[in-house]
Amino acid sequence: MIRLEPRTDPSRLMVALTPILAVLATMIVGGMLFVALGKNPFEAIRMIFWDPILGEFAFYYRGQILIKAAPLIMIALGLSFGFRAGIWNIGAEGQFIMGAVIGGATGLALYPLDSFIVFPLMIVMGAFGGFIWAMVPAFLKIKFNANEILVSLMMVYVAINFLSGMVTGVLRNPEGFNFPESRSFQQFPAANNAELWAGTGIHWGVLVTLGLVVAAYVMLTRHIFGFNIRLAGQAPRAAKFAGVSPNKMIAICLGLSGALAGMAGLFEVTGPAGKLSTTFPVGYGFTAIIVAFLGRLHPIGILLAGLLLAVTYVGGDIIQSKLSLPKASIQVFQGMLLFFLLAVDVLVNFRIRLTKRGSA
Amino acid sequence: MDISIVSLVATLIVAATPILLAATGELIVEKSGVLNLGVEGMMIIGAISGFIAAVNTGSPLMGFIAAAAAGAVLALLFAILTQVLLANQVASGLALTLFGLGLAALLGHSYAGIKPPSTPKMEWMGLADIPVVGPILFNHDLMVYFSILLVTLVWVFLKFTRGGLILRAVGENHDAAHALGYKVVRIRTLAILFGGACAGLGGAYLSLIRVPQWTEGMTAGAGWIALAIVVFASWKPWRLILGAYLFGGVTILQLNLQANGVDIPVSYLSMAPYLVTILVLVIMSADRTRASLNAPASLGKIFHASS
Amino acid sequence: MTLITLNGLTKAYPGVIANDDVSFDIDKGEVHALLGENGAGKSTLVKMIYGLVKPDSGQMTFNGEIFAPAEPRAARIAGVAMVFQHFSLFEALNVAENIALGMENPPKPNVLSEQIRNVSTKYGLTLDPDRLVGDLSVGERQRVEIIRCLLQDPKLLIMDEPTSVLTPQEVDVLFTTLRRLRDEGTSILYISHKLEEIKALCERATILRHGKVVGTCVPKDETAKSMAEMMVGAKLKTPKKSATKFGAPLLVVENMSQKSIDPFGTSLKNITFNLRAGEVMGVAGVAGNGQDELMLALSGETLTDAESVKLEGAFMGQSGPVERRLRGLLTAPEERLGHAAAPDMSLTENTLLSGFQRQKLGRRGFVNKAGAAAFAQKIIEEFDVRTPSVRNTAKSLSGGNLQKFVVGREVLQNPTVFIVNQPTWGVDAAAAASIRQALLELASGGAGVLVISQDLDELMEISDTFAVLSEGNMSTPRPAKGVTVEEIGLMMGGTKV
Repeated sequence: MIRLEPRTDPSRLMVALTPILAVLATMIVGGMLFVALGKNPFEAIRMIFWDPILGEFAFYYRGQILIKAAPLIMIALGLSFGFRAGIWNIGAEGQFIMGAVIGGATGLALYPLDSFIVFPLMIVMGAFGGFIWAMVPAFLKIKFNANEILVSLMMVYVAINFLSGMVTGVLRNPEGFNFPESRSFQQFPAANNAELWAGTGIHWGVLVTLGLVVAAYVMLTRHIFGFNIRLAGQAPRAAKFAGVSPNKMIAICLGLSGALAGMAGLFEVTGPAGKLSTTFPVGYGFTAIIVAFLGRLHPIGILLAGLLLAVTYVGGDIIQSKLSLPKASIQVFQGMLLFFLLAVDVLVNFRIRLTKRGSA
Repeated sequence: MDISIVSLVATLIVAATPILLAATGELIVEKSGVLNLGVEGMMIIGAISGFIAAVNTGSPLMGFIAAAAAGAVLALLFAILTQVLLANQVASGLALTLFGLGLAALLGHSYAGIKPPSTPKMEWMGLADIPVVGPILFNHDLMVYFSILLVTLVWVFLKFTRGGLILRAVGENHDAAHALGYKVVRIRTLAILFGGACAGLGGAYLSLIRVPQWTEGMTAGAGWIALAIVVFASWKPWRLILGAYLFGGVTILQLNLQANGVDIPVSYLSMAPYLVTILVLVIMSADRTRASLNAPASLGKIFHASS
Repeated sequence: MTLITLNGLTKAYPGVIANDDVSFDIDKGEVHALLGENGAGKSTLVKMIYGLVKPDSGQMTFNGEIFAPAEPRAARIAGVAMVFQHFSLFEALNVAENIALGMENPPKPNVLSEQIRNVSTKYGLTLDPDRLVGDLSVGERQRVEIIRCLLQDPKLLIMDEPTSVLTPQEVDVLFTTLRRLRDEGTSILYISHKLEEIKALCERATILRHGKVVGTCVPKDETAKSMAEMMVGAKLKTPKKSATKFGAPLLVVENMSQKSIDPFGTSLKNITFNLRAGEVMGVAGVAGNGQDELMLALSGETLTDAESVKLEGAFMGQSGPVERRLRGLLTAPEERLGHAAAPDMSLTENTLLSGFQRQKLGRRGFVNKAGAAAFAQKIIEEFDVRTPSVRNTAKSLSGGNLQKFVVGREVLQNPTVFIVNQPTWGVDAAAAASIRQALLELASGGAGVLVISQDLDELMEISDTFAVLSEGNMSTPRPAKGVTVEEIGLMMGGTKV
């Protein structure tokens, strides 16, 4: 019989080891999935994990990895603070969209103003858009005790509809033959988040993300704010004893994660996506949840996890085109990763003991 | 404007049924003290499994059976994670949803655009011809009646049977239940499986009857709304019907308004069900003392028998 | 006639042997005491009898037959019933449902309600089957547990620390019930560390220390002191109090009312008292009469009218814990793990909970880890906290050691006013004595100390003034000298004395 025995102190080794175990398990079971789909599993796994980094066309893919990793990491950093404190913002997708819409609309309203102030202003408004969207669940939680998980998620669907209302309404490109999309930001230099060095994939969002990783690391490990976040998550009553106001915590965590998601949305819409359209949301806000957990809610871990998930996105595109596998297979892959991570997590706080049945 | 109240009520019942089925399952899960946020994932897996089974066998009944089984299998993953491996329930539920959405899209890849076999309506010996009452009450498929029956059975189970009492006890205080010798993990696992089967049925109802077709991401938040409706119902079975039908009503009303060309863009009308759900959550949660009295006290807490 | 024999029962957990070769027996119709300090292994032993824990070795016989219950159900069928120390009750269910859950084959609800009424009148334990358990007082909850046991006609009734939650009058009622049961032939295993009770009730006593049987005795022939020495294994020092002269009022609480947010909680009603420099004020009361609420309102975790709390002349009712701490009001709540300390954080990190601002363990919000570790080190040295290092987690400490850490953390910050709830609950005797000593020294140094406790002996030992909390009302504090236990009992029951 297998028994779980609690550890008095969590295993540091396992904290580092479990994400790797989870990735390996996902590769194995994912490989079985590819067999079931009639594909060579080794080829598929190689295409997902190897080709984007070191394969023949890696020079192109590497840029793509950064482009995809930046929003994932930026959103996940914000989410990680709330998740640590037991505040579950799972509506980052909506905040991401609203950041793009509000920030994007700010830019479009100024079109074709050619001023250095346009882009910074759009970033601020993008963050503000995400912030406001996240403050809805925060306010309803504080004021009316409404479950933030459900409210933030409902707000995603509202945001999706809002976006489609906008791009079929006031934000529709007047010269765009009635397509449901806005003016392209690539044609609007003052608002364009272009690649800073051609071919690298590095845009302003990537640089800001790196800065945020460092800032988040310092906050979490050195500052009393990070300590209070951890305290609120591990022992809510002890946090109250220490004088941490739960309501303030809710507002800060949701507001912060919303602002970061909104900012990520703005960088995305003005750069890689190029314009607002109904196909703008691709689920970064949800994948970022996986990134946050896989990175163990730790900034450095999130950085690595974001890169890994970005690799699987790029790899997913490769298997889609080369093996003609549906796009969804990579989503299954990512979901599996989170599953396995949660499963092996038990090793951090428990020791597995084998005991003989009946003799115990 | 041309909106017939009778057909509105008749169709709102159809719109509400998937959510009612899923919410009934989740009610049992939450009553046992487990919060499974994977309803959306289990629903969509049910939707595609039911669709595939029905298309390949030609029998909608087989579709529903397959959907319930598939929902339960996915729920089993959740049970293993949360009951055996003691993983965080919120994270595990999210994982279930993300995984389910992906897997369903993968499975349904080649099923888009196909029509499923149609599900016949129940024969009530001509009662359906009665004006007003007929179309509302006696002109539905079997699953609509089944969903009501299920709510009734759940109510009877929770209120009058020993099994129901034990389930509630486990959800109230798992340590005390354990001290009295009840198998907390086993009871919760069964509840989770039941919840998965119900969510699967709800999903299949979407793909086989309500739409009826398979499209990627077709649940569109229905699973989350089912979760909200459990809160709305204060964990009381009968109120699930009220909540689900209220939601169905809003959905149908906005669809009718769209069809009738009301001067509000479609996008904003489509927000209505989600906004109403938020509103309902706010109303039901505002009285903190009452809300905490109704919710199972161990909801979402991890149980590990340390001794 | 022997009912149950225990033979060489041994149970080990990682790092600790909870029971080591424990043997004794209980006769039919005997009230047998199991005596021992906290952590002596009493709970583990009864869990083995009740089928919740399986022994590593050793065996039991019940009525002459081998008895090895695999689960509580088996033990119940054999005729073992147990009243838990922390009740195994369900607050949101009613009395009848709670009782049905503890029975193997409960009758129909209406029949059961009838039986409950019958038993409760027969044994003088008044109880309404239809009430929600959450609305009952602690004493009434215990009755639910007892009736649940009695309806099964148990041969052996196990009672784990049953009187720790009762007023003295309720204890008398309980003892009458237990004696009556004994006369009807039921055996009772009575677990306690209260020696006078055991002398009054039990025929024989088995004494456990560190998991081993260290003696058996006939309580009537022993003195409380001799049993205590067997239980503790060493002679005890009682804390010394120096003569007290009170100074100016430090903490003035006036008409403090607070509605509880917990649906089963107790609201505070017009609490009024003065705490003076050098004074130790004891607040007695049965659990659930507003102790937690009072603690939260005084610490600032819940806010009250600004003017209801005055600390050295400043109104603090609307100030949070941090502001109160900076002004010298420090607290130590009852629940050590999860409230006074974060279980999974190191001792170093746990100093930050109350010390970050007052001890200046950081600058501009950035934590000074070395400073925090030094402070933690100081606490474990001065308060003799046994732990490998300050890097160990709070939950790795034993109850007594963690309590010393928590009290030490606050006392070393030189509070002007110190408020502590259940300072020695679940703490071994030696640690309890050193904690009480620290409280007294704090008061003689000029601080005001408020001790909320359910342990009357403790309060009588250290208090200068004494008040009782009953259903959210606090009696007017009076000098502790000359108060009798009977008077206190009446006050606890809500009677004005």
